[in-house]
Amino acid sequence: MAMKFKSRSSEKVEMQLTSMIDVIFLLLIFFVMTFRISAQEGDFNVKMPIGGGQGTADTTDIPIKLRLRANTDGELVDIVVDDSRSFGNDFGKLREFILQLTGGNAPPKPEDGPEVEIDLDYNLRYEFVIGAITAVTGRRQGDKIERLVERIKFAAPRKPQ
Amino acid sequence: MAIKQNFDTKVAEGDMTAMIDMVFQLIIFFMVLINFSQEDQNEKIKLPASELAKPAEAPLEHPVVLNLDFSGSVYMGADVATVASLRPLLQVEADALKAKGLGAKDANVIIRAHQRTAGGLVQELIKKCQEVGFEKFALRAQEERP
Repeated sequence: MAMKFKSRSSEKVEMQLTSMIDVIFLLLIFFVMTFRISAQEGDFNVKMPIGGGQGTADTTDIPIKLRLRANTDGELVDIVVDDSRSFGNDFGKLREFILQLTGGNAPPKPEDGPEVEIDLDYNLRYEFVIGAITAVTGRRQGDKIERLVERIKFAAPRKPQ
Repeated sequence: MAIKQNFDTKVAEGDMTAMIDMVFQLIIFFMVLINFSQEDQNEKIKLPASELAKPAEAPLEHPVVLNLDFSGSVYMGADVATVASLRPLLQVEADALKAKGLGAKDANVIIRAHQRTAGGLVQELIKKCQEVGFEKFALRAQEERP
């Protein structure tokens, strides 16, 4: 007697994808909503232990005193170096001066180089302080950063009268 | 008169494969770009720009992040204080470091100040941190492309 085999169904087995698609869309919405484009951030390192004024004792023979004067609106009006040279509000000129002073070379060790003490008017806007720090600490050449002065400290705050 | 129905009762199903592929690629794109290190950032703070501000190659050790806004409020994690009343919060951080066998001088205080904040306020903030024993400071700025 001939055996009869039941032929297998040729119908396609389909997975139920609806719930997976739901979850994937929820994930997508989460990532889209939390996505933020922000600019890169970097730091200027300042080492200032307490005692002996606000900064560390200067051990080099080239202490640079940087005085930043502001008008009543907090805008920079004058940059004075060592109470003698005035650069107006031009950070470019300040950088040129620092370049001349350091010979455009970074110190072999950060602690070996000259130190800059920044003395600013209380109301001077912080963006100008960062501008001054940028001018003295180095310059950008293409994608490379050339370091000039690594040691920065602040003088005691000048309280408004 | 009898009307003959010619409708096909089968459910019409579109091919989802291409769409799922694309959605997965989008998810991967956003997952790769998501940055959890922005937790310490405060939206009220607009950092000053600097061409020398480049992201550090390695994260700072034992960071203490202080956000200083235009009005002089200091945001430290979920706490808000003024520069004058910040000392107890800093002391908590110093004590936490001490409990780990470290000191305040081992911490890096990251100062994220608004670009229009008075520079004198930043100086006072640094002075307040020094009183608790912090020595290392990082003034944070936003990278400016020339």
